[in-house]
Amino acid sequence: MKGYNFAYLDEQTKRMLRRTLLKAVAIPGHQIPFGAREMPLPYGWGTGGIQVTAAVLGRADTLKVIDQGADDTTNAVSIRRFFARTAGVATTTRTASATIIQTRHRIPETTLTEAQIIVYQVPQPEPLYQLEPSRTETRRMHALADYGAMHVRLYEQVARYGQIAISYDYPVMVNGRHLMAPSPIPAFDNPKMHRMRALQLFGAGREKRIYAVPPYTAVVSLDFEDHPFRASRAAHVCALCGDRASYLDEVVTDDRGGRMFICSDTDHCASRRESAP
Amino acid sequence: MAYVAVKGGERAIDAAHAWLAAARRGDGAIVELQTAQIREQLGRAVDRVMAEGSLYDPELAALAIKQSQGDLIEAGFLLRAFRTTLPRLAATLPLDTATMRLTRRISAIFKDLPGGQVLGPTYDYTHRLLDFALLENAPVAPAPQAEAIAGPTPRVADILGHEGLLEADARSEDEPFDLTRAPLAFPAGRDARLQGLARGDEGFLLGLGYSTQRGYGNNHPFVGELRAGEVDVEIVPAELGFAVCIGTVTLTECQMVNQFAGSKTEPAQFTRGYGLAFGHADRRAMAMALVDRALRAEELGEARTAPAQDPQFVLSTCDNVEATGFVEHLKLPHYVDFQSELETIRRLRATAERTQAASLPEAAP
Repeated sequence: MKGYNFAYLDEQTKRMLRRTLLKAVAIPGHQIPFGAREMPLPYGWGTGGIQVTAAVLGRADTLKVIDQGADDTTNAVSIRRFFARTAGVATTTRTASATIIQTRHRIPETTLTEAQIIVYQVPQPEPLYQLEPSRTETRRMHALADYGAMHVRLYEQVARYGQIAISYDYPVMVNGRHLMAPSPIPAFDNPKMHRMRALQLFGAGREKRIYAVPPYTAVVSLDFEDHPFRASRAAHVCALCGDRASYLDEVVTDDRGGRMFICSDTDHCASRRESAP
Repeated sequence: MAYVAVKGGERAIDAAHAWLAAARRGDGAIVELQTAQIREQLGRAVDRVMAEGSLYDPELAALAIKQSQGDLIEAGFLLRAFRTTLPRLAATLPLDTATMRLTRRISAIFKDLPGGQVLGPTYDYTHRLLDFALLENAPVAPAPQAEAIAGPTPRVADILGHEGLLEADARSEDEPFDLTRAPLAFPAGRDARLQGLARGDEGFLLGLGYSTQRGYGNNHPFVGELRAGEVDVEIVPAELGFAVCIGTVTLTECQMVNQFAGSKTEPAQFTRGYGLAFGHADRRAMAMALVDRALRAEELGEARTAPAQDPQFVLSTCDNVEATGFVEHLKLPHYVDFQSELETIRRLRATAERTQAASLPEAAP
């Protein structure tokens, strides 16, 4: 785009971002502060993810952007257009064809490969923020791996509800060392992060933090031996493609309790329908 | 299929933008607003947008106000997003507000002082009666002119400082923190705090400043001085080695003087809170000074009990570009998370019902 550098950010800013990313990859799950810039999209709408994507994007890349698993949600459209406009890169809705996937709230159903990078948009990078609002204190807790408070929180839910009742942004231990917020993906998606072949990058623009999970790193959802982690989904079948294992959206069809369930991952659903006999 | 309608669309976004442009223009029979009119006649709005957008450029601020239909937070955001793309060519010398060409200068702690009190173009003593003459675009009579202030107009803080009654400004040769390039970390130095406050939301600063007056971290403030006017901006180009003036900025500066009992090691003296804002902005500069002083609680050994005294609370919340983004992001789709919550709550209710059903026979006689 005229008047702007490739992928909007100037090269010095990108270099700062890449240095931050290298640090993040070197210490899996550890939040690295960075000088987040104002972006022409609002904070909370993916500025962290956009900055990370801008830093790793090259001219030969193919970009996919999803929000809630779908390529055609308005904010996904807006971000995809932003990069089409400022970087002129190829875009795709096909998970398998993308080299970089920027996502909000989902991990694609299709298994990612070593040739891919997934960039998560993160609203709140600090997994302990609901337990301890002071960042000075949470930094100390991470340094000492003092995560007892989070286990107590889970235990309290077991005591009260008979089970762990966290539905999304379910805390994970990365590489056996750092407690990490997986971003608000449903807990259903957590197991996909474990030893994922693709590089996972996380950008939180408003909170000015970047973190990463390198390929093949252990990512374990917190649980107890007698209350193991469970990835739950709606116990239905996709009304469009018939998938029994994918994560489903519940679509209200009338005001009398009518419901249908369809795949949240639109590319996954469309591919299954195309390949169906 | 029904669900298709709720999903996306490039066309929907394009149509929304076109509608927005038409709504912004409004009734085509009415003359289109010129940015020069905004700059000249809505100056206080321009000042606020420059402060919160952290860019001193009245022309672009006026454009941002026009583009945002007068939504000043949106305008500040537009200016910030432009600012972030600008190269950094040089750092200016520290501004010397003692040399300000004053349009306004008042002190609440002295009846008179060298240079005198100058009200300037203030709303302070206007009666807030709607002036229906403005509906008619009646010509404005020229304002009377006074002689320029003769002699120096020292800052009141310096007058008090000579007697040692007011704490000295801490001096530092260190490179100041740069909030626009580095992430804020806590504990934050006063340079970082002042930068955050300088571009914080005026309404939020006002509320926090007011909260200190209502007993949440009171610091017994007096307006030592409030001054507004033009200040020269100077840089020292490396190839020249001496300072050259590259322009002027209009600023409002507030020195708040606050009570302090002293300690075992220090004699009693007044402490300060500092506020500085682009343009004419009494409210903003004063609120900033109150909050700056409140944030010094820890440094001055005061108990930290109120929100205005908590640096992380104040600084992480005061930026309205961040705040508006995150509050408004709630209107983005969240149905995947909501779906996971639905499944959890259904599961919890099913478990509860089973437990209840199992315990019923025992309750029967």
